[in-house]
Amino acid sequence: MEALFLYGFFQRAFLTGIFIAIACGLLGIFLILRRDAMIGHGLAHVAFAGVALGLFLNVMPLAVALFMAVVASWIIMKLKVKAGLHGDTAIAIFSSVGFALGILLATLSQSFNVDLFSYLFGEILAIEPSEVVFSIVLAFVVVLLIVVNYHKLMYMTFDRESAKASGIKVDRLDGLLTLLTAVTVVLGMKVVGILLVSALVVIPAAAGLQVASSFKQAIVLSTCISITSVVLGLVLAFLLDLPASGSIVLLSFLAFGILFVFRRARG
Amino acid sequence: MDSVATEQELLIEIRKVAYSYGYGDVLKDVSFPINQEDFLAIIGPNGSGKTTLLKIILGLLKPRLGEVKIMGKTVEEFADWKTIGYVPQKATHIDSLFPVSVKEVVAMGIQSSRRFPRRTREEDSCISRALQQVGIEEYKNRRIGNLSAGQQQRVFIARALANHPKILMLDEPTTGVDVKTQEHFYDMLHRLNREEGITIVLITHEVGIINKHVAQVACLNQTLVYHGSHDEFCRSDEFKRMLADGHHLVSHHH
Ligand SMILES: Nc1ncnc2c1ncn2[C@@H]1O[C@H](COP(=O)(O)OP(=O)(O)OP(=O)(O)O)[C@@H](O)[C@H]1O
Ligand SMILES: [Mg+2]
Repeated sequence: MEALFLYGFFQRAFLTGIFIAIACGLLGIFLILRRDAMIGHGLAHVAFAGVALGLFLNVMPLAVALFMAVVASWIIMKLKVKAGLHGDTAIAIFSSVGFALGILLATLSQSFNVDLFSYLFGEILAIEPSEVVFSIVLAFVVVLLIVVNYHKLMYMTFDRESAKASGIKVDRLDGLLTLLTAVTVVLGMKVVGILLVSALVVIPAAAGLQVASSFKQAIVLSTCISITSVVLGLVLAFLLDLPASGSIVLLSFLAFGILFVFRRARG
Repeated sequence: MDSVATEQELLIEIRKVAYSYGYGDVLKDVSFPINQEDFLAIIGPNGSGKTTLLKIILGLLKPRLGEVKIMGKTVEEFADWKTIGYVPQKATHIDSLFPVSVKEVVAMGIQSSRRFPRRTREEDSCISRALQQVGIEEYKNRRIGNLSAGQQQRVFIARALANHPKILMLDEPTTGVDVKTQEHFYDMLHRLNREEGITIVLITHEVGIINKHVAQVACLNQTLVYHGSHDEFCRSDEFKRMLADGHHLVSHHH
């Protein structure tokens, strides 16, 4: 099994995967508690349009996807605050429109091929060295920004009004969180694919939330579950020749199931 | 004790404030000062605009007309929000499943300006002291959702105290808190006001509390019906009307 790590591609996947897992695990807690669990799903579909556009224009699909996801997340945030759209209406609209646009572009450019499928279903084991650097740097920035703003984000998520009264710039933090979500979703897309990326953000956090009695516990558990799922998922995928994305998501679901049952049993 | 606090420094100035949630004014032409070391009660019937006024002072709502100045600065310019402790009206807006411990909630009061998650020892002792002041140290590691409503309210009071504020703004802070803890709490506010010179702005319906502790009264009912010292208030028509309207009559007359 140590032989695994002798493969360059496995090292790359492993390293990138861990960084992205940390970002997802941290962010997921905030998103769930803000009742924004579905935003990852919506943005992933917009990112799909970005990937299709990137393949169409022959520019780095990950970068185009990132751009589109950032723009979409910003519009979704504004719609939620200003236009008075109910709950996740904006997300529902954006995810379908994004996907429709993606299908259209992919067909036009005749890029319904391996490339596109690798984004749909995730292909971390085939990650390019250039994408490794891109992903690790971005994931690191996401993690750093969350850690640096940890208290403010927690306060705002728990009690927005008091946070605001204590001088926290809540609107600015909303913007930050939205931006980080877009970045994380695009990164997660590389690991488990567009169709499963919201699982990577939501399931480890949901698992951690089952048993946490403090915010710190929730954050730590979520991140650990996220890392473990990615690491074990990659190993299993390689050893048993399974798809990595499916293994990772099912492992995190397993963790969720165990903690869910544990909480129930504890009463 | 009531009428001496006249030569104090002006802390907050409310000038001709009007506010509307979109259908007619809920506050109209409200002006009064809050001086350093005041112990001010804002009273008035339900829906009279007390909470709205407090939120305007805190910069959470923007007045339609008029302005509020805190220590000489407009709400937009004022930056030293950490000197103001705020206990919102009831903790019902709190998600009972939120994974946050009592200690973490109290810590929010002092950490809003901090960068990295680690707490200093000094901060830890501030938190412990605040927890002690409201008598909830024993619950400090419990999840907030597992506490009773009254216990939760005490946590929010501790959060407001943790930062050693210069001004405490309390919106019906003891709703759902038992009588013994209430007395304890108001004695503590009294002490903070007298000994540490902390300015107290308190929204309350309890006449007993007002009589026992409060030095200034602002009576709201869309407009400012009365503002002045508590002694004069007791002689005013407003007070008689309030009593006639059947406000809580647990008076401790001195
Ligand atoms: N978010 C809101 N949207 C619309 N109207 C509101 C809102 N909050 C309060 N109001 C209205 O504004 C008026 C003043 O409300 P406010 O909460 O300031 O009263 P209050 O004096 O604090 O009452 P209480 O003693 O019940 O706490 C009420 O008529 C209320 O219905
Ligand atoms: Mg009120």
